[in-house]
Amino acid sequence: MREKILTYMERNSRVDLKDLAVMLGTDEVTIANEIADMEKEGVICGYHTLIDWDKTSSEKVTALIEVKVTPQRGLGFDKIAERIYNYPEVDCVYLISGGFDFMVMIEGKTMRGVAQFVSEKLSTQDSVLSTATHFILKKYKDHGSIMVPAAKDERILVTP
Amino acid sequence: MRDPLSSTIREIKPSGIRKFFDLVSEMEDAISLGVGEPDFDTPWHIRDEGIYSLERGRTFYTSNAGLKELKEEIANYLARRIHVSYDYRTEVLVTVGGSEGIDIAMRAMLDPGDEVLIPQPSYVSYEPCTVLAGGKPVIIELKAENEFRLTPEELLEKITDRTKLLVLPFPNNPTGAIMEREDLEAIAKVIIEKDIFVLSDEIYSELSYKGEHVSITSIPGMQERTILINGFSKAYAMTGWRLGYACGPSEIISQMTKIHQFAIMCAPPTRQYAAVEALRTGDEDVAMLREAYDQRRRYLVHAFKEMGLECFEPYGAFYIFPCIKEFGMTSEEFAARFLQEEKVAVVPGTAFGDCGEGFLRISYAYSLDNLKVALGRLEDFIGRLRTEKA
Repeated sequence: MREKILTYMERNSRVDLKDLAVMLGTDEVTIANEIADMEKEGVICGYHTLIDWDKTSSEKVTALIEVKVTPQRGLGFDKIAERIYNYPEVDCVYLISGGFDFMVMIEGKTMRGVAQFVSEKLSTQDSVLSTATHFILKKYKDHGSIMVPAAKDERILVTP
Repeated sequence: MRDPLSSTIREIKPSGIRKFFDLVSEMEDAISLGVGEPDFDTPWHIRDEGIYSLERGRTFYTSNAGLKELKEEIANYLARRIHVSYDYRTEVLVTVGGSEGIDIAMRAMLDPGDEVLIPQPSYVSYEPCTVLAGGKPVIIELKAENEFRLTPEELLEKITDRTKLLVLPFPNNPTGAIMEREDLEAIAKVIIEKDIFVLSDEIYSELSYKGEHVSITSIPGMQERTILINGFSKAYAMTGWRLGYACGPSEIISQMTKIHQFAIMCAPPTRQYAAVEALRTGDEDVAMLREAYDQRRRYLVHAFKEMGLECFEPYGAFYIFPCIKEFGMTSEEFAARFLQEEKVAVVPGTAFGDCGEGFLRISYAYSLDNLKVALGRLEDFIGRLRTEKA
């Protein structure tokens, strides 16, 4: 049941719980309890809104930053990650495999703001060896949603 | 000038759905619950394989019965999903949609005057294909009180010395009915005893929501007297690709291949390559689609119950078949008024046989949001009808 709830809600967290209960063949109370439990257990960590900021008048820039670090003895990567993710302008931090260690996603108002963050806050950290900043030019798809408007239903209205 | 047409073709009525289609197409901004195809696009990796086959220049004929890889994958798939084994070299034929399989099976198997038992309500092509093949359609009217399943009694009642073939259309379009193992075992006894053959149209086999789909070919003694029809349209959302297959005893398949060879040559290779990809790596896509349909199915059954609309719970395909007899009008009148007053298209049950009178076919191959809008209008409409009557 949990997996089914999560699979559905990952795409639509605003689903009416009554509808979801009907669709999954259970009752609303069961669904509400499962969700509450998962919130408590940290399985569900939050509810967000997917926004295409390009369609609004507000200016935003997003950058992906590759960060190479030297892990600290006894603390590994976690301590360094914490120092990075505590900045509110940082959106995501992932520890990754491959040629560098962290992938950091950051959102700022201007390119200069982002550059400033990298040069002043990120690169200056003791364990950070190097960074490479990639500005995002266009978002095609985010969290499984394609940003271009969906094609019209082209099916013939009545078919056998 | 002489009559250019054959008397046979003059006998065949155009599909009942056609008339309604004309009505709908005149209506601007109508919404529909009337389609018989998935609302999903073909999964991208399958489309991509089709494109790749074109890029590679795979634009030649394949062998008549289909690509070896595809036939092998079909045999693997059937072993995996319905637990029946077919020899891909002699018992599998790749066709242009399941529809072609139905047509050529009948042409390969019927002599003039042979009777074909067709349970209705069911898909529109069995009856005309029978007539075109020189056979005589004999209709079995399925009943709502049996949840539109075929019973051995109904079958026995219509069998004569001329009966050659039984069409078995389950999971069913338009009723959403399925046949479970006990149901199939019961009719198999009659079929074997009376020595008739079966054309089992299992195009909706993957859209079965009450345990695993059971194919009649898996009932002992039935594989050797059954032509199994299936295809990619519903399971992989590939309707427009027109690709299906027929499996059965080599004696019949080889003759069907002969007709296919002269009429079609071979199914287009682009689709065949895409289909190989679908069968090799598409099981997850199918599971995902099935789950999505199942959720909507439950939602509709619940909504109809709330509206007080009489309806048995369908466990197959993506249709629900509510009864509208309480409103005292025909299915066509109901559908026409619903379209005019609420701008929602549904298909009158009579498009699938006379015994569909008093029922509507409602498709749930739509997103939940679309379904909600349409259901809201249906609720308004029947509310109005009930006050009119009171």
